[in-house]
Amino acid sequence: MGALLSALADVLTSEAAYINAFTFAVFLAFGATGEWVAERSGTLNISIEAMFLAGAFAAAIGYNSSQSEAVALFCGMFAGFSVALVQAEMSHRLAANQFVVGLTLNILVLGLASFLASELDPVTKKSSSMPIPLLSDIPLIGAALFDRSWLFYLIYPLVPFVWWLVYRTRWGLELRAVGENPQSADVSGLDVNKRRRQSIYIVGLTSGMGGTYLVLAAVGQFADSIVGGRGFIALIAVIFGGWTLRGTLAGCILFGAVLSFRLSLPALGYDVNGDLLASLPFVVTIVAMSVFAKRVRPPQALAQPFIRGLK
Amino acid sequence: MSTGFESADIDHGAASSPDMSEQPPRSGGRGRLGATGLARITSAGEVIGLYVLCIVAALLLSALIVQLTGGDSLAVLSALLDGSIRGPGRIGETLGVMAPLLIVALGAIISNRAGLVNIGQEGQLFIGAAFATYVGTKMGGPGPLVIFALLVASVIGGALWAGIAAALKYRRNVPEVLTTLLLVTVAAQLSGYGLKHQWLLLAPPEGRANRQQISKQLDPDTRIPMVTMFGNQFPISVFLALGAAALVAFVLARTVLGFRLRALGHNQRTAQRAGVAASRYGAGALLLGGGFAGLAGGVMLAGGDFGNYTLVPGFSAEIGWTGLLVALVGRQRVSATIVVAFIFASLRTGSGFVAATGVERRIADVVQGLVVLALLIPPALLFLRQRRRAMAARESRT
Repeated sequence: MGALLSALADVLTSEAAYINAFTFAVFLAFGATGEWVAERSGTLNISIEAMFLAGAFAAAIGYNSSQSEAVALFCGMFAGFSVALVQAEMSHRLAANQFVVGLTLNILVLGLASFLASELDPVTKKSSSMPIPLLSDIPLIGAALFDRSWLFYLIYPLVPFVWWLVYRTRWGLELRAVGENPQSADVSGLDVNKRRRQSIYIVGLTSGMGGTYLVLAAVGQFADSIVGGRGFIALIAVIFGGWTLRGTLAGCILFGAVLSFRLSLPALGYDVNGDLLASLPFVVTIVAMSVFAKRVRPPQALAQPFIRGLK
Repeated sequence: MSTGFESADIDHGAASSPDMSEQPPRSGGRGRLGATGLARITSAGEVIGLYVLCIVAALLLSALIVQLTGGDSLAVLSALLDGSIRGPGRIGETLGVMAPLLIVALGAIISNRAGLVNIGQEGQLFIGAAFATYVGTKMGGPGPLVIFALLVASVIGGALWAGIAAALKYRRNVPEVLTTLLLVTVAAQLSGYGLKHQWLLLAPPEGRANRQQISKQLDPDTRIPMVTMFGNQFPISVFLALGAAALVAFVLARTVLGFRLRALGHNQRTAQRAGVAASRYGAGALLLGGGFAGLAGGVMLAGGDFGNYTLVPGFSAEIGWTGLLVALVGRQRVSATIVVAFIFASLRTGSGFVAATGVERRIADVVQGLVVLALLIPPALLFLRQRRRAMAARESRT
């Protein structure tokens, strides 16, 4: 226990640990902010894994052929959106089961990305960082937050924008109504499935940004295992956060830190079991859900399809 | 439990009653029986046409992807067929892969029919395999006894893992969709932990490379026996899977237990009024689903088509996910599920032969994904049209 505490203290005072933690946290946050919107509208979008991967792959291809990071970002967002289009149309227009569609897309995109990557072999290079004067000189967290690639900085406007969209627009109000009680929303004249489709498009766009960030700013080179199940961690960050945006971001930072501990603790000379550490986000989320089950309520129609006329 | 809990429980159940199976209602209601009956007869050819059209479109799209990247799509198709059914002895391989897929799918059918959304088969399977490994490598004694014990252990392991989700659902009201999904990764990590410690699963140091995470190989007499039929060799667990399929079909369709489970799936509130305790039967369905997934893990380990009778990280090989897909694509019907399981197993075994054509073997995943998406479209379209007609009929009467 004492060893663990001193390990924690070491990590908390090391600048590199913060840099690593936020590298992962921001990647998760890109997807999780979108996923939060989707879950508020009542759809549990498990194809976020596929969206991340599609975004990362398309960004790598885009960068490889144009040498421009902006083009890469566009390609990444477009690819994420394409996956979202399939997910949304299949599960909220055709009323196919959303988990079947999501699982299939995860398999399909992984297959497609590894197949095409072996054929095309995109080469990318790591995006250079642009330190923000003054802010990046803050001790400990300055470099982690303000000495980054421009792709990292996209998260700063994205989060307030999504918050505004969901809490301060009519569209957002309708979106939340659709997630809580689709029958009533339908009776008041809202197109339930249309709102849900739109919310999935948002996940596609933000996950595409996340994928671009991952391949160009965090890793630097595409591999088909680049996402490797972390899409699910973005998804559970939303659950961990109790379906609030603030909690979701806290979840992203916590899980980002846990993911980076796997790298930074051994580097600092501590022997930890990587497997148990990696399962920590999941265990913590399950415990949090059961402990706060009374206080935290999920959107009441979460993961339930809406078909007019069927209860 | 407080009354507040109970009302929340009922509320949640009522909200979750549109079950996962999306089955269209069996009959269209008495008033409009004539109209829908006629529509159903005329649409029989249409249904088949729709399916054929969608699958052909999916295959053409896959072929296009292969051609565009400079491969030969006909060669790939021929390799897929050679690797799955045409090559000598390959049907046996395919059946060996089909067995765990089918077993997972049967469990998924049980929990889905009871209105529960268990999507954690991948984890339940891994835990089942880990339990089976522990028993199979640590327990001594006559071979058949060990086989039996390790299969029982795998069922217990899978059921325990699903039991966590069941306990949280009925004790703390946590949706089982989320817990089962979260427990998938925990299962893989936990087995990975076990594979680092010799007192759990790791093989003794002699006979394995340093730092390699691998369990001891099962002794030859504790492996599921193989049979050879028509030149195809496969483990007898194939018959176990088919027998289980017949049993599940019978229990669901012809017994009181099956009726209660289905009632629970159709409308939890009504079922509870009629005396079906949601917590008991729902938890039972989840445990059964987990038990089947765990059994699939045990069969994979002792059947030898996966991991060569050893447990390694990544042992589950997405059989759990695919098995769930099999159940959902088979639209929760046991007979259809057997066919779908065989097709999915063929894609998997066939993909091993694709590499010889110079095309990356992952193309099989692409084909599988596209075919699944294609298979989803016709029933969804037909279901929507049926709903629309029913709504129109209701409106015209009022």
